[in-house]
Amino acid sequence: MTIQTKTASRRRVLKGLAAGAGLAAASSFVPARFAIGQQAKLRLGLMLPYTGTYAALGKNIDDALRLAINEKGGKLGGRAIDYVTLDDESDPAKGADNANKLVSGGKVDFMIGTVHSGVVMAMVKVARDTDTMLVIPNGGVGVATGALCAPNIFRTSFTNWQPAYAMGKVAAAEGRKTAVVISWDYAAGKESTDGFTQGFTEGGGKTIKELFLPFPNVEFQPLLTEIAATKPDCSYAFFAGGGAVKFVKDYAGAGLGTTIPLVGPGFLTDGTLEAQGDSAQGLETTLHYADGLTFPKDIAFRAAFKKATGRDADVYAVHGYDTGTLLISGLAAVKGDVKARAALVGAMEKTVFDSPRGRFTLSKAHNPVQDIYLRKVKGVQNLYVRVAIKGLADPATGCKMA
Amino acid sequence: MSDSFVFFLIQVLNGVQEGLLLFLVASGLTLIFGILRVINLAHGSFYMLGAYLAFALTQLTGNLFFAVLLAVPLAIAFGLLLEALLFRPLYARDHLYQVLLTYGLILALEETRSLVFGDDVHGVDVPHFLDFSIHLTGALSYPAYRLGISAMCLVIAGGLWLLIQKTRLGMAIRAGASNREMVQSLGIDIAWVYRAVFALGVALAAFAGMIAAPVASVFPGMGNQILIISFVVVVIGGIGSIKGAFLGSLLIGLADTFGQVFAPQLSGMTVYVLMAAVLLWRPAGLFGGRAAR
Repeated sequence: MTIQTKTASRRRVLKGLAAGAGLAAASSFVPARFAIGQQAKLRLGLMLPYTGTYAALGKNIDDALRLAINEKGGKLGGRAIDYVTLDDESDPAKGADNANKLVSGGKVDFMIGTVHSGVVMAMVKVARDTDTMLVIPNGGVGVATGALCAPNIFRTSFTNWQPAYAMGKVAAAEGRKTAVVISWDYAAGKESTDGFTQGFTEGGGKTIKELFLPFPNVEFQPLLTEIAATKPDCSYAFFAGGGAVKFVKDYAGAGLGTTIPLVGPGFLTDGTLEAQGDSAQGLETTLHYADGLTFPKDIAFRAAFKKATGRDADVYAVHGYDTGTLLISGLAAVKGDVKARAALVGAMEKTVFDSPRGRFTLSKAHNPVQDIYLRKVKGVQNLYVRVAIKGLADPATGCKMA
Repeated sequence: MSDSFVFFLIQVLNGVQEGLLLFLVASGLTLIFGILRVINLAHGSFYMLGAYLAFALTQLTGNLFFAVLLAVPLAIAFGLLLEALLFRPLYARDHLYQVLLTYGLILALEETRSLVFGDDVHGVDVPHFLDFSIHLTGALSYPAYRLGISAMCLVIAGGLWLLIQKTRLGMAIRAGASNREMVQSLGIDIAWVYRAVFALGVALAAFAGMIAAPVASVFPGMGNQILIISFVVVVIGGIGSIKGAFLGSLLIGLADTFGQVFAPQLSGMTVYVLMAAVLLWRPAGLFGGRAAR
């Protein structure tokens, strides 16, 4: 008998708890749903990697986005902001679920995300299905502003093709004839190596071998041996974060650093130089951002980011910052009324501003048209060398808006 | 010697090194399954535990070598504790209970890892006396630490062979694998054998994680990757067979290495294709017992 009473009461407690939790959850949504017009808070859904290989990147994007908005009074189009954050774990398998959670559970007005291209693809799908505004602050998967482009999808970063194509051109112009390309076996990697091969071929070079390994595997040894056996004029590698650290160190450890020059898009050496140390010195990479740019906006941004976070800004922070600026200008044009969708999209499309990376404009496919810089590693900096290609726009293959 | 032959040999070296490391994990898995009859899904987590111990203790002591010296006894103690608290009550139970327990262990250990170390990727420095490369040919050097890994694994494999073939404990292990009841009725304390085997398995997996830390990095979910591959090894080699685990590991290491080089687009598949092929040929694995054919 006693046992029975105990279970019964425990069940009651559980029920009470569940009801309480339900109430709490419901009440947190009520103001957004029922409050009137401009008074309601604007809900920004940040779906970023807060853990895992890309955690540092996600954090910089998040912090810089908030910095941009806080610099302008912490409001968008006059509305206060509710930030809803969700860790995407850089796991494409959970991407659609997480994005749906933001849209239907979180009731967000904007989705912002993310770093991993596979997760970006899931977010693009959800954005198209639910007609939710999406701003991509990093993942460079081409189809998001290519075949799958849409009025409600914007990107403030790059396509994988952009820096890759520029590096292909640079490598060919430096007189290299053959290259081996290597990356993780996922969409971003393949797009990047293809972009390099396109630029390299146009410049008169030839990619003689493509090597891929499963994401996020970092056992590079057999592939490095294969590169040594193939003896190309240069290697082009697409890796980022922890994988980039490991690859550059292993490349040097295998003795390849002195015999077969390693080149890549900037992600290979961005935010990783302290960990890479000597092994990265002198590496040439291409990106739409560099250390040692002399734009006043860049200098101001770096100082502000350092002051706000205590960390140095990097390209990921620039993406976050520009995402903030794009939102500010778009929502200012419609005075915070996200229902005025056509006017909002139109204003965002036409937004032109000074980004830390230079002038920021968008293509018809909603991807930045930007200068790609050639940089060289010195110490812990990716120093600006020259403009590799000026005003480079992604070809946006298959996009009906372009 | 022609150049391409040299590179072929280097790739063999890469594959053997990968395989030997795998053997440390798979041997424990196959022993625990073969002797204790426990399907230990948490075995990969012991590998992860080793890697994170190496990471933490290397930061503390400044050298991976000292870290390993400290971490191995810790791993053994952890194994003994787990055996006594969680596994012992399950020996007599159905496999389903063991799967539930060990799966729960994966979640618990993964969450503990997340709380203690966070979810970032960490690197562990190679000990100084092995931090150099050996010049092999025109363009290529071989990191000495990788040779060190292979050497350590070979020493352990040899030790394991001696232990199982030449010692009293080994005799009890072999006997226990083929007929538990008979061993008990002969007056051998089988509980003690179980304890030793379990702790040995944990220590081997953890040690593999420790020495792999500098070349594989230390990251969340690393245990699950190796767990799946280790099961493949156990299945290929035949359940409970150390010899099978050894050959299976080398086969998998080589297949994976050459798969990445010759069929980069299919590199994720090669080991599973190999497993399917072996199972078609010998359904109980290379050294599987009575169940064969």
